Amino acid sequence: MPPVRIASGQGFWGDLPSAPVDQVRRGPIDYLMLDYLAEVTMSILQKQRSRNPAEGYARDFVAVIGEILPDLVEKRIRVLANAGGVNIDACRQAVLATARKAGFAGKLKVGAILGDDILDRLPALIAGGHPLTNMETGEALESVLDRVESANAYIGASPMVAALEQGADIVITGRSTDTALTYAPMMHAFGWAADDWDRLAAGVVAGHINECGAQATGGNFLGDWRAVADTLGDVGFPIIEADADGSFVVTKHDGTGGMVSVATVTEQLVYEMGDPHEYITPDVVADFTTIRLRQDGPDRVRVSGVKGRPRTDRLKVSIAYHAGYKAVGTLVYAWPDAADKALAADRILRQRLARLGLRFDEIRTELVGWSATHGPLVGPPPPDLPEVELRVAVRAAERTPVERFTRELAPLILTGPPGVTGFAGGRPRVQDVVAYWPALIDRREIEPHLRVEVTDA
Amino acid sequence: MSSVRLIDIAHARSGDKGDTVNVGVIARRPEWYPLLARLLTVERVKAHFGTMAGEVERFEIPNLFALNFLLHNALGGGGTLSLMTDAQGKTFSSAMLRMEVDVPDDVAAEVIS
Repeated sequence: MPPVRIASGQGFWGDLPSAPVDQVRRGPIDYLMLDYLAEVTMSILQKQRSRNPAEGYARDFVAVIGEILPDLVEKRIRVLANAGGVNIDACRQAVLATARKAGFAGKLKVGAILGDDILDRLPALIAGGHPLTNMETGEALESVLDRVESANAYIGASPMVAALEQGADIVITGRSTDTALTYAPMMHAFGWAADDWDRLAAGVVAGHINECGAQATGGNFLGDWRAVADTLGDVGFPIIEADADGSFVVTKHDGTGGMVSVATVTEQLVYEMGDPHEYITPDVVADFTTIRLRQDGPDRVRVSGVKGRPRTDRLKVSIAYHAGYKAVGTLVYAWPDAADKALAADRILRQRLARLGLRFDEIRTELVGWSATHGPLVGPPPPDLPEVELRVAVRAAERTPVERFTRELAPLILTGPPGVTGFAGGRPRVQDVVAYWPALIDRREIEPHLRVEVTDA
Repeated sequence: MSSVRLIDIAHARSGDKGDTVNVGVIARRPEWYPLLARLLTVERVKAHFGTMAGEVERFEIPNLFALNFLLHNALGGGGTLSLMTDAQGKTFSSAMLRMEVDVPDDVAAEVIS
C-alpha cells in the first residue's frame, strides 16, 4: 500500500491564508487537516453565537473550502477541520451552501461530529457527581459556574473515522483534539484497531508535528534561523507520508520554502510538551521518549519506533469563564535617560491610580525594548538606551477601575517626564478577561452523546 | 574549561500550558547531549530564571538529544489572565539560552570557530 499523505494547512485560526491552497495545488496529497481552535477560541466563538445564532464557527474555513473545492473534488482530497467551534451545524450548512452554489451538488458529502459541547449540561453533570475540578487549582467548577462562557470535551478520532467510513469528503468537528485530525485518516486508511496503541501513538506524534503548521518546517526555528529565514516567504507547510506500520516521513511540497530537518522537527516535537513519557490524548497515551528521527533525504525526516499505552478513562474538558477586565497602555520615551523617564512616568501613574482609590488585582509594568521578554535576566538598562516603550497593563474584577486607568495614560504626555511620544493610537481598549478552566470527566458521560452525521451536498 | 553561552551548544523552543511554560532544550550535536544533561540541573535552571518562574520540573528525552523543563507559575496566570507581553511564553526559549555555562575546551573551540 502506498503511503497516505496528510497535509497540514492551518496551525491556528489566523494562520497563513494561502497555506491550504498551496497544499492542494503544489503537489499530491490525500488528506488536508486544518486546526482552528485554541483554548480561548471557543469562548470567542460562544460570544459570537450569543450575539448571532448563525455564528460561532471559524468562518474563514468556509471561504477556504470555497476556494479549494474544485481541487478537492478533482483530486479526491478529503478535509478534516475543527472549524465547527460551538456551532458545528451552522458551519456544516455554510459549507453545504457553498458547495451547492459552486455547482458541486451531489458531488461531495459533508460530515459533522456533534456532541462535544457540554455547556448546557454543566448543572446536570455537577448534580450528577462530576465536580469538574480545576486541574491546576483543585477548585470545584461550582464557584465560577455562573460566569462560564463555553465548555467542551476534547474528543478523539473515532467519530471522525466513522464519518470517513460513511464517505464524508469534508469532516467538521468542534473541540476535537488537534492531533486526531491527522491520525483519523491513518486509522481509516490502514484499518488500525482502536487498541493498536503503538500505531495510534505514532499517529499522535504525526498529529503533533502537523498541528502547528510551518512550525515543523522552518517557521519559528531557533536552531539556525538565518539558514531558513529568506526562504520562508514561500514556506511549505508539513505533509505526513504515513505507512501502515506506523512509521512516517515528514516532508513538504517540492519547490516550496522552509526546511524539514531533524532539528526543525525536534523543535516542534518539544513544543508545548509536558511529561514526554505520557502525552495523553483521548485515544492513546503516547511516549515521546520512544521517537526515532532520521534525515531521509533533503526536506525529509523519517519518524519511527513510537510506543503507546492504553487510553485513560477520562477526557479533558476545556471550560472558559469570565474573569474580569484588563487594559494595556503604552508610551514611548526617547534618549536621554529613556528608561529612567519611563520608570518615573510609571511611578507617577501608579501614584495617581492610588490617589483615586482604584483597586486592581494586578498592575504590570514592562520596558519594551529592554526587559519585556527576558525580564531580570538582562540587568539594568544602559543610560544611553536610544528609546524604550513603557507598557503598563492592569487587571481587575470590575470594569470601572480599568476604564479609569485607560484615561490616565495620555495625561502623562503633558504632566510627566519629557521626551515622550507614541500616543497616536488613542485610549487603550478595555478587554474582557476570559480564563481557562481545565478539568477531566469520565468519558462515559461524553461518548454516548457524540453523533456522526454525513450529508450530501 | 571555557565559558560559552548555552545558545552556542543548544537550541530550544518554548510554549505555554496554562500558567506553566515548557522549554525544550536540544543539543546542537548529539554528542553534546550528555554535557547538556549534566549542565542543566533543576537547581541550575531554577537559579537562572530566579523570580521569573516558580517550581521547575525536568525531563530527559535522550532519543531526541533534548531536555524538557516545566517552569510553573511563570506566566502571570496564563492565557488571557496574563498581563505579560509574552503571555504565551514564546521567548522563554531564548531566555534559557542566555545562560553562561562552562564546557570542555574542545567543545568551546568548536562553537567559537
